[in-house]
Amino acid sequence: MTTNPDVWHSTAVASSGATQNGPAGAAIAGRANILEMTQATEDAVLRPADPGTWPHDLRTALASRIARLNGSDALANKYREMSGTSAHSALADPSANSSNKAISAALVFVDQVATQPKDISADDIKVLQAAGVADADIVRLTEVVAFMAYQVRLTAGLALLAEMKS
Amino acid sequence: MSDVLHKFTKTVPHWRPRVEPVDLKTATDEQLDALQVTPSNTKVSEYVLVLAHDPQSLKVRSPLFNAIMYDAGGLSRSERELGAIGASMVNRCIYCAAVHASRHVQIEKDDTVIDQIFANGENADLSPRDRAIFDFAIALSKSPSQAGPKEMSALQEAGLDASEILDLVLSSALFGWANRLMHVLGDPVRKAV
Repeated sequence: MTTNPDVWHSTAVASSGATQNGPAGAAIAGRANILEMTQATEDAVLRPADPGTWPHDLRTALASRIARLNGSDALANKYREMSGTSAHSALADPSANSSNKAISAALVFVDQVATQPKDISADDIKVLQAAGVADADIVRLTEVVAFMAYQVRLTAGLALLAEMKS
Repeated sequence: MSDVLHKFTKTVPHWRPRVEPVDLKTATDEQLDALQVTPSNTKVSEYVLVLAHDPQSLKVRSPLFNAIMYDAGGLSRSERELGAIGASMVNRCIYCAAVHASRHVQIEKDDTVIDQIFANGENADLSPRDRAIFDFAIALSKSPSQAGPKEMSALQEAGLDASEILDLVLSSALFGWANRLMHVLGDPVRKAV
């Protein structure tokens, strides 16, 4: 089976170390459509045409921060590089904060949704609203964290498959 | 609010948004396109109307979701649901757990597995194959690094091949995403009778 080469260069597959000739090569090729759609969702979530209040460099910095919080260094480094060098890109470091009220509230929210989503309550949404974040931007921000939860787990799973013993 | 549900249930609750959903009357063309609203299809859930605030993400996520849960081959439908349920329990998404528990019951025409899981959580009494699948989904959902070679070997010993394991990774990971939308942006509440 020939697979679109883009699959092997997609962020998740490339970061996992999985290869075409590895133990999971055929399985990955069999789900090429899903991995291509995964890359399309990364583009939509991290580089959308209408980013609202969260610009692209902030989104990729948050993606890097979330990957780091989840122990996924390969992904964290990749997104950190995409974020470039700006005031926002420094927020990729999980210990970094912002003096901007909305961004500072967003960071608290992002860190908690990324690592302890079960503890999120209605009050956490009210905190964002009180910091001046519009409802549409709350949804946009939640999509970034939610997509990254998928991406770090997919990449970790692909890495396990790449090391699988037959 | 007192009507919010905190316990896992097979009865699908009502989902009450914590942010204002998009109003169909004032929705943009891009939002209507992502919502797939047509003259013959004007019934859209509040959840999807909330997600329509970010139409570009909504539009690409729906086909991805369907491919991961329903594409032919690989892991069985009910075993993909088990991955989704494991994730939803770790993330305490009562709504997602209810929807996918009821699908599991529907496919299996039996609720023994779901009753076990909801009664005993991680200590549920399961067949070796369901045990390995559920344990892997729980570990990957808690933290990606918790799913390791030990959990992988258990899957292989239970008879899963690489394609089936990839489908389990995908369905469990997908619910890391879905749970963070559903559980974060709204509350599960009792359906009005």
